[in-house]
Amino acid sequence: MRTLRLLLEKEFRQIFRDKGLLPVIFVMPMIQLLIMPLAANFDVKHINLAVVDRDHSTYTQQMVAKIASSGYFFIKGYYTDYTPALHQVEQEKADIILEIPAHFERDLVKENKAAVYLAADAINGTKAGLGSAYLNTILGDFNNEIRMKWLPVKMPGAGTIDVTYSNWFNPNMNYRLYMVPGILVLLVTMVGGFIAALNIVKEKEMGTIEQINVTPIKKWQFILGKLIPFWVIGMVDFSLGLLLARFVYGIIPLGSLLLLYSFLAVYLVALLGFGLLISTYSANQLQAMFVAFFFIMIFMLMSGLFVSVDNMPGWAKVIAKLTPVTHFIDVMRMIVLKGSRFADIKMQFLYEIAFAVVLNGWAIWNYRKTA
Amino acid sequence: MKQFMVFVRKEFYHVFRDRRTLLILFGLPVMQILLFGYALTTEIKNAQIIIVDHAGDAASGKLIAMISASKYFNISQQAYADDDIYTDFKKGAAKCALVFPAGFGNDLRNGQVAQLQIITDATDPNTAKTLTNYLTAIVTDYQQQINPTANIPMRIEPVTRMLYNPALNGSMNFVPGVMALVLMIICTTLTSVSIVREKEMGTMEILLVSPFKPVYVVLAKAVPYLVLAMVDFVIILLLSILALEMPVRGNLLLLFMESTLFIISCLSLGLLISSVTRSQQTAMMVSMMGMMLPTILFTGFIFPLENMPLPLQLISNLLPSRWFYVIVKAVMLKGLGIGVVWKETLVLAGMTLVLLTISIKSFKTRLA
Repeated sequence: MRTLRLLLEKEFRQIFRDKGLLPVIFVMPMIQLLIMPLAANFDVKHINLAVVDRDHSTYTQQMVAKIASSGYFFIKGYYTDYTPALHQVEQEKADIILEIPAHFERDLVKENKAAVYLAADAINGTKAGLGSAYLNTILGDFNNEIRMKWLPVKMPGAGTIDVTYSNWFNPNMNYRLYMVPGILVLLVTMVGGFIAALNIVKEKEMGTIEQINVTPIKKWQFILGKLIPFWVIGMVDFSLGLLLARFVYGIIPLGSLLLLYSFLAVYLVALLGFGLLISTYSANQLQAMFVAFFFIMIFMLMSGLFVSVDNMPGWAKVIAKLTPVTHFIDVMRMIVLKGSRFADIKMQFLYEIAFAVVLNGWAIWNYRKTA
Repeated sequence: MKQFMVFVRKEFYHVFRDRRTLLILFGLPVMQILLFGYALTTEIKNAQIIIVDHAGDAASGKLIAMISASKYFNISQQAYADDDIYTDFKKGAAKCALVFPAGFGNDLRNGQVAQLQIITDATDPNTAKTLTNYLTAIVTDYQQQINPTANIPMRIEPVTRMLYNPALNGSMNFVPGVMALVLMIICTTLTSVSIVREKEMGTMEILLVSPFKPVYVVLAKAVPYLVLAMVDFVIILLLSILALEMPVRGNLLLLFMESTLFIISCLSLGLLISSVTRSQQTAMMVSMMGMMLPTILFTGFIFPLENMPLPLQLISNLLPSRWFYVIVKAVMLKGLGIGVVWKETLVLAGMTLVLLTISIKSFKTRLA
């Protein structure tokens, strides 16, 4: 026990001595938590439209006015030809081209139907899909309006369906509620993962590990001595972030804080075990960093925070399930936003405990074999 | 010049002696681009939906059949009570629910207004909105089926065309983004360690007493990494063409030149970090911790930049990857030339110049 205490004292001293590192561990994540959630907004609500109007009729003017007043579309320019409109798309200044053919109004009145053409920049498929769907809805509304003006008789036939919507847990559809807890998880993951991955290998590179190896310290004491300081850092970072979420974004966890912290405690052990494992396998800090980068990037992008796990192919879902971050982001949202209880997150807890045991066991086993 | 080449050679030796790091440097981007290229998509498929059918008639049956036939939804279980929705949402077992009130089909048949309720778990607003849109579209479809519109007068018929990506393939958007992201992080980190490592090891002193301008010391360090990163880029590009079926519609040489410029700008950023930090650990934490999330968010391949508040849009302009992403999309996917991307190119070039100058300057002051 005394050995462990001495080890811990040494580790804490080393961390707090490095004046360059402290701001990176504590200040940088908080600044990012302040800024990043403002940037993370999927909402497609700003679509630039280039209009090619070959008809120049009252109807086309009314139609464009209706589109412009919808709030989703910004009319970037009017053209009489397709080519200059396409140039706007090429330069990323327009997302969708709306082309109204000549004789649009005449055809609509005389032939009873008229076509309009939409061309969307589909490299970003979501934006193109949603944008043209919005546009279709607006065109449909406009169509109904002019039809009602000409033929104010309701069509006979079956009834209509009236759809009502309710959005639970987040009725205002606030993105920040969704992003802040997730980003906090990522920040704690990065700090803990990177710093643990760099640690043992740093001693290897500096040669100080030889000195520890000749002492009668047990493997598990050594690993534990490395793990505990970072665990404390992770806890502190997370708490700071939670306070920030409360006072800046007004996010107060609905569920039990005790449950949240118990999960965090297990999660951090798993994550740090993973970092230490990388460290025991690496020959220098650069290697450790790149391996850590590789995995943490996978953790981040496949965690379901940016891109929903449900949409991934089966094998990718397996990978997502095998990363500790996915479960923590899940649990974080469930406890903070939905007030879920232990019974709801039992499975995730089991996963996390399994990660913690396997990763740390592996790290202890592998340490000294390579040192 | 001869001296410079000697230094470059020394740096090359350093880099290529470490086989394991090399393996990591080539292996990791390859795996990442494949993994993300195949796995990431914002298209929603197979979302779990709860159906609560109090009507149980032909109309609700038909609608449920249409929903289960669509690729967007998986019906988790039928015969639910309203309370189960709450429980399932809490467990994260379903994303949305559709409730048919009793008499749904009757109302519809009698020409009345039939009610239908869509409930979403809006903790994830994006998924909630998208699923609502899909469901609404299916309901509209159904309504058109029972209410044929074929001979409705005065029809405006929108004809939609998807430019550059008619199949709405998700990787079209993600591959250029991941390319920019991976190159940016790798290049920045590589050089960020280079100078600080010599400082930490004490070998910097030896370099500085040599009759050699510090500028060259810095530049010589960057050359091997430039070569490495360019090879990395070629591998990534080949993979995205061969494995991920990305088209290269524009000029390959232009794409290559632009990437070189981008790589140099990231290397310069790394040099800057390296000359202002004191330990490898700090340098790496700054370049990884400080760059990863901002690069993911501000490159524009996940979250649209134009949605962000103005100050954040301005911040995003400071990231080289944001400009490179636009260039790759334009040249590779849209087949455009320098005539369209000259502005982005100029910005990248300007950035590189500024970053290099500052890093060389700040390196000099440490000498004094």
